[in-house]
Amino acid sequence: MDKTQATELLFELSRPGRRTHRLPDCDVPTEGSLPASALAEGPPPLPEVGEIDLVRHFINLSTRNMSIDTNFYPLGSCTMKYNPKRHERLAAHPSMTDLHPLQSDESCQGLLAILWEMQELLAEIAGLDGVSLQPAAGAQGELTALLMAAAYFRHKGERRSRVLIPDSAHGTNPASAALAGFDTVSVKSNSRGLVDLDDLRSKLDERTAVFMITNPNTLGLFDDQIATITELLHHKGALVYLDGANMNAILGITRPGDFGADMMHYNVHKTFTGPHGAGGPGAGPIAVRKQLVPFLPTPLVARSGERFYLDYDRPQSIGRVRSFFGNVGILLRGWLYIRTLGPRGLREVSENAVLNANYLLSRLKGVYEVPHGERCMHEFVASAWTLKRERKISAMDIGKRLLDFGFHAPTVYFPLVVKEALMIEPTETESKETLDAFADALLQISREDADFLHEAPHELALSRPDEVKAAKETVLRWQAPSTP
Amino acid sequence: MSYVLNTSEDQRAMLAAIGVSSIEELFHKIPPSLRLNRPLQVPPALSEMELTAHLHQLARRNRPAGEAVCFLGGGAYDHFIPAVVDVIAGRSEFYTAYTPYQAEASQGSLQVFFEFQTLICQLTDLDVANASLYEGGSAVAESVLMARSIQPQRRKVLVAASVHPEYRQTLATYTANLDLHIQTLPTPNGFLDPDDLKKAIDDQTLCVVAQHPNFFGCLEEPEALADVAHQTGALFIVSFDPISLGLLKRPGQYRADIAVAEGQCLGNPMSYGGPYLGLLACREEYVRKMPGRLVGQTVDRRGRRCWVLTLQTREQHIRREKATSNICTNQGLMALKATVYLAALGPQGLKETADLCMRKAHYAAARLTQLAGVQLRFNRPFFKEFTLQIEGSVPALLAGLLEKGYHAGLHLGRWYPELQNCFSMAVTEKRTRAEIDGFVSALADQRDGACNGVPTPQVRSEPVEQTIHG
Repeated sequence: MDKTQATELLFELSRPGRRTHRLPDCDVPTEGSLPASALAEGPPPLPEVGEIDLVRHFINLSTRNMSIDTNFYPLGSCTMKYNPKRHERLAAHPSMTDLHPLQSDESCQGLLAILWEMQELLAEIAGLDGVSLQPAAGAQGELTALLMAAAYFRHKGERRSRVLIPDSAHGTNPASAALAGFDTVSVKSNSRGLVDLDDLRSKLDERTAVFMITNPNTLGLFDDQIATITELLHHKGALVYLDGANMNAILGITRPGDFGADMMHYNVHKTFTGPHGAGGPGAGPIAVRKQLVPFLPTPLVARSGERFYLDYDRPQSIGRVRSFFGNVGILLRGWLYIRTLGPRGLREVSENAVLNANYLLSRLKGVYEVPHGERCMHEFVASAWTLKRERKISAMDIGKRLLDFGFHAPTVYFPLVVKEALMIEPTETESKETLDAFADALLQISREDADFLHEAPHELALSRPDEVKAAKETVLRWQAPSTP
Repeated sequence: MSYVLNTSEDQRAMLAAIGVSSIEELFHKIPPSLRLNRPLQVPPALSEMELTAHLHQLARRNRPAGEAVCFLGGGAYDHFIPAVVDVIAGRSEFYTAYTPYQAEASQGSLQVFFEFQTLICQLTDLDVANASLYEGGSAVAESVLMARSIQPQRRKVLVAASVHPEYRQTLATYTANLDLHIQTLPTPNGFLDPDDLKKAIDDQTLCVVAQHPNFFGCLEEPEALADVAHQTGALFIVSFDPISLGLLKRPGQYRADIAVAEGQCLGNPMSYGGPYLGLLACREEYVRKMPGRLVGQTVDRRGRRCWVLTLQTREQHIRREKATSNICTNQGLMALKATVYLAALGPQGLKETADLCMRKAHYAAARLTQLAGVQLRFNRPFFKEFTLQIEGSVPALLAGLLEKGYHAGLHLGRWYPELQNCFSMAVTEKRTRAEIDGFVSALADQRDGACNGVPTPQVRSEPVEQTIHG
């Protein structure tokens, strides 16, 4: 149910004197004191809301979201698979959640055992040698690995200033490279949607530190030139970084380390189904090849016999990219997932993710173009270009209209190399019936009236928010109405 | 068990529709030489019952705050979390959604983030706040990068040594390859003396970074620091404790330009360090230099008030290498928890929480310093955390107290070689007088017993300077 009464803001519900949480009386005799100059005249002007109003407000708001638990959510590149409920129950165990990040190793051996095993599992799945669980998200994993690459080349006495990035890459790749102090150089895609080897060769030289590749790439294609690419890079002494956003396609089938990647990140919230939390938290652990292990952030979990400990004695480490150990709550869910699936289950994930995507592709290809081929991996990019050209129906129109059918829209207008892109990733946890219903909706939409589609969605409480107004007038907070 | 629904019949039908004879054929682009020709070496699958038993067994080897009384602080605190926070954050419409790219299908999350931004503005007395960063350490790094893009011609960053050592390490790592000079200003008296800042600052100084209350628990003099910073045109960045703002002046009131914080204390469990919540608020004029997502108010085509992601041209998916930050996924669920927490407390609840922390911390400090050989290391006002100096080995004392059932404190010698004999303690509103009194007795016994029978643990050393540009 879509609850319109929830559109009032917390601040509009506020009435002086109401509150939800009440504290016990103070049980110590000390008044304590702080210098008057440090004190505010009163507490911050937060809203005052009673408990039932507070609960209704947020619960009603929750019904104004689409989510995996309520809707098919084929958001390309985001791997919106089912989030198992057992993870939520087990990760909420107080003996896991109520651990202070700086308590002694001896007092959290159970958790350290899990984190140590998670390092080992992620190294095995990557086919690489060392893992840091520290980065908070994929983008921070990218940054961490690039900072390590810089430290590695500095250690070797080499000055390498460039990072090469395919034009189909996620925006985080160039943003992370710039933040790590590198110049970015874009490498073209060829007509097959893969890395243009001639363009790569022409841009590759001794200044190149890292080539960042997403494989399968953002078009959902496995770049079968990968062995040649990694050989070219290694021949010039450069490193290959794998953006692991698309690991859901290759679990147990091929490993980044086996196809020549030297460093990679995982998105635990995607591949290993930590819930996406309406925009996070994620976790972005990185795996690297042997020569880069000394540069991993500090600390790592180490093992000595049956005892686990945090190893800070790592003189060549780049340091740390955040406070404390990492997004443990998400890592724990990822570990629970891997332990639930086992080797066969992990492989089944990728087999069925790829099967589901290809099935959807086969259902749509007669009506929506898929510019880069008949087959895909775990996702594919369809194009509404013909509909746009002939009938002025855009990818956005289609995405918005899908909401009326109870489906979340695909990722639209990404990757940039496809016009009117609709990036569709069904994941392995959807049934054939759901895929069929989604395909039927897309086919029906392609036949609908253009003007009708321009105004979609029609069935939801809202339609087409004015984004230009939002950016121009920038109202980023509620303000108390001024009293006359 | 892979949560896959496809039966073998489904698979056959789907393969036929695709026009291939096997799933294997769908992977034909992956050259055979690159295939993994063996099962992954991961442990065999566990059923839900087995997994539950295994997790519970491992959990028994942890000693959480509920089993030992927690006086640990240093950026993560054992505050109380009202049930409404967990119940609301447990709504799967929130936790199984993603970034609200499709506004019509995400008004729940978008409105929560708009409320979150407003609450953080109210909390800090600043004009704008983003929809969250990862956590407190990278929030400091992001704030310095933001200052750099506001004043690109300046290069020098002054950071008080009383800022959380791990935040300073994070800043050092983030900026290792950028043309910035980071200078740490000593704080021998437990705070950054504004006169010392005056001596170090110059017209090349981009920003001054302080933490208030700082890592030792002491209050800084933020107004004086802001004045010194502003006199040379530097920005003043403060890392604050959200709970402290129930009592203390707010960053906007002491003229901070950018305020950042660790928001774990706002309804998030300690979870061994994450996921946490980075807060960032600033003055209106810097809004286009902010990192991270922003939610703005607008109207839909029928004129109804609603919310959308806005000012996205700052962000990596549009601006790529020229983005204000590389951040993409942030901490939406933690921001939701903080929103519910602040709404559940309200102004009075926040004030009472802060007051209880302050009074209990002062009670604990007063009782502990009555013991012979135990004293406050710094003669400074403090909020909920303070630094004690003792005679003898701090690690041995802390290990002994853990045996007695107390997570007693943080050994500061780990980060500050000159503070070998010191540890910091945090006292939240959850601590009772009985727990504090019990701790005072345990500490007295422990010292009298001179650590009999407790092996001296290995001393961990992690001076910040060593890790810079490693």
